Amino acid sequence: MSDQKFKVTIDNITVEVAPGTTIVQAARLIGGDVVPPTMCYYSKLEGSGGKCRTCLVEVSKGSEKDPRPMPKLVASCRTTVMDGMEVKSITSDKVLDARKGVTEFLLLNHPLDCPVCDQAGECDLQNLSYEHGAASTRYDFKRRTFEKEDIGPYIQLHMTRCILCYRCVYTANQLTDKREHGVLDRGDHSAISTCIGKALDNEFIGNVIDVCPVGALTDKTFRFKNRVWFTKPVDAHRDCPTCSGRVRLWMRGDEVFRVTARKDEYGEVESLENGKTAWICNTCRFEKKETKDWVIEGPTKVNRHSVISQGHYVNAVNGQPKLINDVIGKDPKLLLDIHKISDVNRPEIDLSQIEGPAHSDDFLPNQSTGTMKQIGKLGE
Amino acid sequence: MAVKLLLDKAHIEGIRYYDTWRKNGGYTAVEKALKMTPDEIVEEVKKSGLRGRGGAGFPTGMKWSFLAKPEGVPRHLVCNADESEPGTFKDRYLMEFIPHLLIEGLIISSFALGSSATYIYIRGEYAWIPDILEEAIAEAKANGWLGKNILGTGFDCEIYVQRGGGAYICGEETALIESLEGKRGNPRLKPPFPAVQGLWMRPTVVNNVETLAAVVPIINMGGEEYGKIGVGRSTGTKLISACGNINKPGVYEINFDLSVEEFIYSDEYCGGIPNGKRLKACIPGGSSVPIVPANLLFKTAKGETRYMNYESLSDGGFATGTMLGSGGFIVLDEDQCVVRHTMSLAHFYNHESCGQCSPCREGTGWMYKILKNIEYGKGKMSDIDLLWDIQRRIEGNTICPLGDAAAWPVAAAIRHFRDEFEWHVLNPEESQTRNYGIAHYADPREVVA
Ligand SMILES: Cc1cc2nc3c(=O)[nH]c(=O)nc-3n(C[C@H](O)[C@H](O)[C@H](O)COP(=O)(O)O)c2cc1C
Ligand code: SF4
Ligand code: SF4
Ligand code: FES
Repeated sequence: MSDQKFKVTIDNITVEVAPGTTIVQAARLIGGDVVPPTMCYYSKLEGSGGKCRTCLVEVSKGSEKDPRPMPKLVASCRTTVMDGMEVKSITSDKVLDARKGVTEFLLLNHPLDCPVCDQAGECDLQNLSYEHGAASTRYDFKRRTFEKEDIGPYIQLHMTRCILCYRCVYTANQLTDKREHGVLDRGDHSAISTCIGKALDNEFIGNVIDVCPVGALTDKTFRFKNRVWFTKPVDAHRDCPTCSGRVRLWMRGDEVFRVTARKDEYGEVESLENGKTAWICNTCRFEKKETKDWVIEGPTKVNRHSVISQGHYVNAVNGQPKLINDVIGKDPKLLLDIHKISDVNRPEIDLSQIEGPAHSDDFLPNQSTGTMKQIGKLGE
Repeated sequence: MAVKLLLDKAHIEGIRYYDTWRKNGGYTAVEKALKMTPDEIVEEVKKSGLRGRGGAGFPTGMKWSFLAKPEGVPRHLVCNADESEPGTFKDRYLMEFIPHLLIEGLIISSFALGSSATYIYIRGEYAWIPDILEEAIAEAKANGWLGKNILGTGFDCEIYVQRGGGAYICGEETALIESLEGKRGNPRLKPPFPAVQGLWMRPTVVNNVETLAAVVPIINMGGEEYGKIGVGRSTGTKLISACGNINKPGVYEINFDLSVEEFIYSDEYCGGIPNGKRLKACIPGGSSVPIVPANLLFKTAKGETRYMNYESLSDGGFATGTMLGSGGFIVLDEDQCVVRHTMSLAHFYNHESCGQCSPCREGTGWMYKILKNIEYGKGKMSDIDLLWDIQRRIEGNTICPLGDAAAWPVAAAIRHFRDEFEWHVLNPEESQTRNYGIAHYADPREVVA
């Protein structure tokens, strides 16, 4: 029975998957716009998902055996497919309306301090709002705020930005041996915290930064040093006694500004050949900030649906679906093209071609300052 | 005369204690049940047509038959005594005054389901009741009704009382299970349902206090006889906790053929509304169910008499009906302000949301803030539509039914009392000095006179 396959149809595109696959995983096999946004689900974390409700989809046919539609929208990240199931994601107005609602709820108390937030440019909430958000808020009340808190020497918790996805809680529970990171209080006053204001000092605790979809958990060794879209992601490795040592360096020129785990197009830490997740240790993340610490493999293939993918890196993979014509009735909706609205980012500038450190002057339209000499090499 | 099956002995002095209980026919149901097979008991409960008294009204026999029975895995029965729904206080009465009825029901149900470790999860604020229950459990044990090899059947059973920490959400069955396991009381995602993976991932049945107490008369009289009492799919009797603007607030055992009008006005029950005031509205099943204006309370939209039972109260759906829910019956007279009332319910749900899912966590707070503005004369006309939009986007999109429970009262208040909301917006100053009074309709009893 192990090679049994279930047929599932999502927005009129049919795929075959193994039993036990969730709707989201099946949608990711199709790729592109039919993939529901996931703010809390993280396939590498057991038990995650089901909370944020951004991934709601309509099941218009339960299965071949029981074709009745499901009465409510379901969380696609935690609903497993049945043979013959038919799912509507972007072809359902009900789903789009619910996503709009959830986006509004998530932004309700969010500070929208993107201009000073380290996550800007690679933030799942930013991406979600571009696609599903409204232009202005209908909320005219004071937003809730919290004090910033240092949890250990390397990590800062900026609870005001948190969307309570619980990913960091699962990470701390599953990667570290003591249960010391969790949620206090309840409802809209609940907060991520450590027991009791304690520092997190586990060798793997730095991974909570990578799983955080927003800028609530940030790397203190990188805070305010640079904007992610000015740094170049480069894959590198080292022989590390604690972890796999396979990382992504975020560089400007020869300088390593930040080290993270390698993430895939859904923002999840990649898997190793042995199937384990390539979490990285604190030493690799926080203490190896020189190029000589690392064996550089080459520029990263950026294929995330995110502002950073607009940087026109070498090897950029276009995440648009090939099968979009099958999605009847809907045109693919492209991400907001940041180049069209910003003077600072310009598509003709290929970041990975800039050899020295990139500088905001590089992006000025009159090309009179900065490292424009290098741009000249592009010879357009 | 109405049939009483649960509170028939409640008036007897000393009924709280084992000896009096036993002298008045107590524990005969256990004696009878332990001579039956577990499947026979489940069959009797099925025949009785008993529906869960915790709010959702799911058929108990069916729930019991869903319980998975994998070889070698212990199963559990959990009694939900978290009773925290505003307006509901019937379980408290049962546990406080006739605890042996519940203990008896628990022993029979544990035997039927194969639970040797049964738990009562009790609301934290009911601080004095665990002692009463534990005393009753000790008495039952001392008399051989609990412990090892009960009545020589080979069946072992212990009942443990666990106090909650004072969170409404821990009444939701999966949050209750998490809490019982010593974790944060967040509802679980379903499936898997507790019947397959419940307490410590073992098959579990969670039932309300009153549901389990009703098993005792079912065994005593037989499922079929029990099923004959009542109307249609509403069988047996129901405890109603009545409060608000009535002369005689309290817990009443009713039969399902009682009309709503009689329940409010008869001296046997609520005894009418004090000070000659007129009736404005009623929430018949605890704070989560839709509020109904007086003109839809005694008669359905079709003009038929409304009765105190599952079907009749929900006649007309949410447009013109409501629900029996958990039986928390709240009466509002003409001096009550629906906006203020809705605001205080919204505050409750905002405070009690566990905060796991974004529509409920953020939406409940937003609704409360908007309602506060309207109530205090700072509302806008567009706020009313915004409220409608928010509740619409919470309902059905959350992990557990608390989201729906927060959305429904707001929806129903706007549906039936929109004029009162608009009056608050248009008369911000006047609305701070007086109430809107009775709405656009008259008290149905007044018209007759
Ligand atoms: C937010 C919330 C609170 C609840 N509180 C209670 C409660 O206090 N007591 C109760 O019996 N059921 C409560 N329930 C219903 C339970 O989840 C469950 O349906 C019930 O205990 C099943 O018992 P029954 O089948 O005997 O009615 C609550 C449900 C929700 C969603
Ligand atoms: S801190 Fe980040 S990862 Fe943790 S719950 Fe908040 S948003 Fe999620
Ligand atoms: S609906 Fe509300 S109470 Fe229920 S799980 Fe979601 S946030 Fe928690
Ligand atoms: S991703 Fe599915 S609910 Fe959050």
